Amino acid sequence: MTDRSEMFDKLKELIAPFNKKGVELTDATTFAGDLEWDSLTVMDFVAEVEDSFDIVITMNMQAEIENVGQLVDAVLKLTD
Amino acid sequence: MTDLFSKFDPLIEQRRALLETGLTDPFNLVMEKVLSPTVAICNGRETILLGTYNYMGMTFDEDVIAAGKQAFDDFGAGTTGSRVLNGTFHPHRDVEAALREFYDMDHAMVFSTGYQANLGIISTIAGKGDYIILDIDSHASIYDGCKMGDAEIVAFRHNDIEALEKRLKRLPAGAGKLVVLEGVYSMLGDVAPLKEMVRISKENGAMVLVDEAHSMGFIGANGRGVAEEQGCIDDVDFIIGTFSKSVGTVGGFCVSNHPKFEILRLVCRPYVFTAALPPSVMASSATSVRKLMHGGNKRAHLWENSKTLHKGLRDLGFQLGTDEPQSAIIAVIMPDLERGAMMWEALLHEGLYVNLARPPATPAGMTLLRCSLCAEHTSEQVQDILGRFERAGKAVGII
Repeated sequence: MTDRSEMFDKLKELIAPFNKKGVELTDATTFAGDLEWDSLTVMDFVAEVEDSFDIVITMNMQAEIENVGQLVDAVLKLTD
Repeated sequence: MTDLFSKFDPLIEQRRALLETGLTDPFNLVMEKVLSPTVAICNGRETILLGTYNYMGMTFDEDVIAAGKQAFDDFGAGTTGSRVLNGTFHPHRDVEAALREFYDMDHAMVFSTGYQANLGIISTIAGKGDYIILDIDSHASIYDGCKMGDAEIVAFRHNDIEALEKRLKRLPAGAGKLVVLEGVYSMLGDVAPLKEMVRISKENGAMVLVDEAHSMGFIGANGRGVAEEQGCIDDVDFIIGTFSKSVGTVGGFCVSNHPKFEILRLVCRPYVFTAALPPSVMASSATSVRKLMHGGNKRAHLWENSKTLHKGLRDLGFQLGTDEPQSAIIAVIMPDLERGAMMWEALLHEGLYVNLARPPATPAGMTLLRCSLCAEHTSEQVQDILGRFERAGKAVGII
């Protein structure tokens, strides 16, 4: 199993191209609020994460993921 | 007390700012008189209708109107009840027979609207533990059907065959899967690569539902839609359609060859817990569906109209939703909501009605002027439409 901080770093890399304003990323960074992502950006980013880890993040799950920390935990669970 | 309406403040403010500029409200148009499928009186002005989805012009068909009037006399004004109780009259059964003939399928179930057909079928057949895989640009009724049910929802990029396949392969092999596609996507008027997508869905053990609302009566040799045109209709498990477009009335339906299909009449809540459509609407619809089976000449003229308008608008310098005309919908892309609303109003002053479409209904945050053609638009009207677009476009500074 991947270590949590390792997963955080991996996701940070995936977020980088979508982080236009260079917001500093912590577990508490929110996608809608801090990163100001619209639904299109979210879709592109989710597809990127899904393809990188060969997983599916359902829209039901996406509704529960508001910040980076929640995403890290969700992807850890899905790749476990 | 927290005002529950405060969540609408941003939209209220956006509308206020837009209307303050003196623009006519694009979402509050009244047709004072409707003269034909293609002409109405709006604000006292004779207006060409280019945004009604009345693709085959059946709203004023003599036989369609006569059938409705007869049913009024024979069955009364309304049903006052559910299809499963007192709301199934002879015309309801007859329109379902007409649909089975039209699609050459074993089962047909009529809902009160197309919206309810999607809501009911999707939420009922995909349950807890099942997966719905849908195109991200799906219609609101599909999303609402997903939200109403208990299935897991997986979206893929619009019309992306590879994205669909990847997601299907990642899902548990044994799980129930429903792939939901549309024949024509109504915002840009583009067509789905159904043949490939249906094949991939079947290879991965999924059932397939295709919404053919915007293709019925027009696309395919028998007007059955894009799945017929692309030769994959036999592999589609469920086709959803509507009476409020080519058929020219109101109502929605699902047709299928699934041997257990009829059980849905008892378990599908948007079918059970609502009143059945009036018998006049059912009789008009049955007549219209049967006439659409023989609409080959009208279909050919509609294609001509679509091609002429598409080429004409492109030559004028407008940016369009598709490179080639793929359906009877032609979407003109506006630079922003404000100029889109100005252009919409300029066209209305020219005597031309189109749909103003904006987010969240549109993909990629676009503002669109959506034109839907009718088989009853004459070639002269189409030239007239192009002239009006040119004058309005220049007045607003879009071309």
